[in-house]
Amino acid sequence: MRENILEVKNLKAYYKILKGQVKAVDDLTFNIKKGEILGLAGESGCGKSTLASTLISRKPPLHHISGEVKLNGKEIMQIPEEDFKPMRLKNISLIPQYALDAFSPTKKIKTFIIDLVQEHGIKPDREFFDKVKERLYLVNLDPSVLERYSIELSGGMKQRVIMVISTILNPDFIIADEITSALDVSSQRFVATMLANLRDEGIIGSAMFITHDLSILYQIAERIMIMYAGCFIEIGPTEEIVKNPRHPYTKALIASLPQVGIQYQDKKLSGIKGTPPQLLNIGEGCRFRYRCQYADKQCEISPVRERINEGHYISCWRWKELGSDNNA
Amino acid sequence: MPKNNENMMSVKGLTKVFKSGVFKPQYTVAVKDVSFDIKPGTILSLIGESGSGKTTIGKLILKLLKPTAGQIYYKNKDVAQINDKKEVKEYYKKVQGIFQDPFATFNPLYRVDRIFEIIFSSFGYDQTNKEERIHKVLNDVNLNPGRILGKFPHQLSGGQLQRLLIARALLMDVDVLIADELISMLDASTRIGVLNLLVDLCKENGMSVLFITHDLNLGYYISDYTLIMYKGRLVEKGDTKKVYQNPIHPYTKMLFNSVPDIGRRWDKEEEFLPEQVVDDVRKFYATNQGRGIEEIEEEHSVLFSLK
Ligand SMILES: Nc1ncnc2c1ncn2[C@@H]1O[C@H](COP(=O)(O)OP(=O)(O)OP(=O)(O)O)[C@@H](O)[C@H]1O
Ligand SMILES: Nc1ncnc2c1ncn2[C@@H]1O[C@H](COP(=O)(O)OP(=O)(O)OP(=O)(O)O)[C@@H](O)[C@H]1O
Ligand SMILES: [Mg+2]
Ligand SMILES: [Mg+2]
Repeated sequence: MRENILEVKNLKAYYKILKGQVKAVDDLTFNIKKGEILGLAGESGCGKSTLASTLISRKPPLHHISGEVKLNGKEIMQIPEEDFKPMRLKNISLIPQYALDAFSPTKKIKTFIIDLVQEHGIKPDREFFDKVKERLYLVNLDPSVLERYSIELSGGMKQRVIMVISTILNPDFIIADEITSALDVSSQRFVATMLANLRDEGIIGSAMFITHDLSILYQIAERIMIMYAGCFIEIGPTEEIVKNPRHPYTKALIASLPQVGIQYQDKKLSGIKGTPPQLLNIGEGCRFRYRCQYADKQCEISPVRERINEGHYISCWRWKELGSDNNA
Repeated sequence: MPKNNENMMSVKGLTKVFKSGVFKPQYTVAVKDVSFDIKPGTILSLIGESGSGKTTIGKLILKLLKPTAGQIYYKNKDVAQINDKKEVKEYYKKVQGIFQDPFATFNPLYRVDRIFEIIFSSFGYDQTNKEERIHKVLNDVNLNPGRILGKFPHQLSGGQLQRLLIARALLMDVDVLIADELISMLDASTRIGVLNLLVDLCKENGMSVLFITHDLNLGYYISDYTLIMYKGRLVEKGDTKKVYQNPIHPYTKMLFNSVPDIGRRWDKEEEFLPEQVVDDVRKFYATNQGRGIEEIEEEHSVLFSLK
């Protein structure tokens, strides 16, 4: 059995605001194996970025409520900031969703990188920048971007610069949050493949790849985890999740993927009816029950996480009766 | 709304060269000799690789940048001639953009309700049923007004912000909407809803959309016309069905081959190399020397070579 790089157990993290608690990460349990790329998908607002922030920073109003997270066997939710800081970029690194926004328009990209790595106690010497240039080349960028200002770069170019910076210290574990969503398909393929290649070459250890785009996860993830409204839905091997989803929500999500070759005048596609529930002070019960055609009385109690088979887990009271037919 | 056969917007020979650096200036040709028309009530998708000039075209249309050469006409009026304050405001009332990065667009210190207020006060819109109209557009983009209005932008997820931007544009009842990677952060299910809404608005109100996207399936789903960009140039354009069914330019062909398809993995053997594309395009231009842009069938033209 492969060892785990990350072990998350009953993790809860809420935003504490005036009106109460936004329960954006509510009882998540999962592992990521060494060398694995885990895909994380789910509807907009379901807590994917919140999970990423919980693992890496937890700035107020976001608070860790309960549950544990072990990185390389070491508990990281309780350790003080000064001990955690040196681990960022090196042991755990995040390529943030708002990467496009991270650059100050008045700074040269190079200055930005210098400031950032110095903050992490790294000397931006010649050797360091040689490595940066080498990596820029890998993502198909000319090293001259270092001398440019962020407003001079296109959206995709900025995204790739961020990617280079986040991986420069060869992190054991990297979280990539929607890094391909602003890219054209050829750059998407390039960036996603590059992440997998970096992993194959041992430059990065493991990764959690967050996206709403299941078709990209299909290309690079070993397993996929699905979240809904802050909760765990299903995790399993990529092939099983995509071709044989078991949770009614996963089934509906897969069914709403854009199919190739359909025009709106020929056939109007439709998404999942209804909207996700408000996470503020949300109570008991399966959070998908309001939109689920199979929901019954029992679903008013929060479902427990059950094992379907090795590596495939689900949180749904009715998964056994529903079976594995994919016509939800 | 202009007459049906009239163009809502027309772009002719548009070129933008950026100069950066003072002592050792570097020139970037971001957009080169681009021409296309936008008819009322139609959706054009603009597709191309990263850095090919898509956002620049959007910004030129919105007068956020000045063209180096070429013209942009809005209802037959040269946009470069729109200069006095009142006219510019009128223009922005009718031609609106939603840009790639939703986080940068909103003032982080304003609550969502304030953002909507500002539209009414600064553009001088009719204030009747204001609240009702705001609620309607929020519902249209699948956001719950009760939950959204009191929040600050940083309290929203990426996809929620993008939908907020759409709601804002809808409220303004624009003629032309430039949507730059507008739905890139939305999941499949939410996306379809937003797209259907966009299409309905076009067909019902005659709004036109320049839809900048990287998602070819969605581009196919909603657009009447497709424009393909590569290195600042429009390399293929035309009726969406025709372009998709019969791509000619090597870049277009490559693009259609890279679409991630669920259930079919990328071919590892056929390792994807950007240099390969550069090479293919160079060869294509070399073998077609002197041809320039040619119409290969009705409503479908291809750039065969750089004259
Ligand atoms: N600072 C905050 N204060 C209060 N609520 C917040 C805050 N940040 C996010 N939220 C809420 O937490 C929920 C989860 O947000 P999150 O950004 O994690 O979603 P996401 O899954 O990453 O969505 P997307 O795919 O749109 O990026 C959302 O309902 C959002 O409104
Ligand atoms: N203000 C600027 N100054 C200098 N160069 C610029 C400026 N804005 C854009 N560029 C350059 O122009 C080219 C086109 O950029 P643009 O943002 O239009 O690309 P894009 O097609 O939108 O790409 P993406 O898909 O990555 O968003 C790029 O090479 C970019 O570096
Ligand atoms: Mg997010
Ligand atoms: Mg762009």
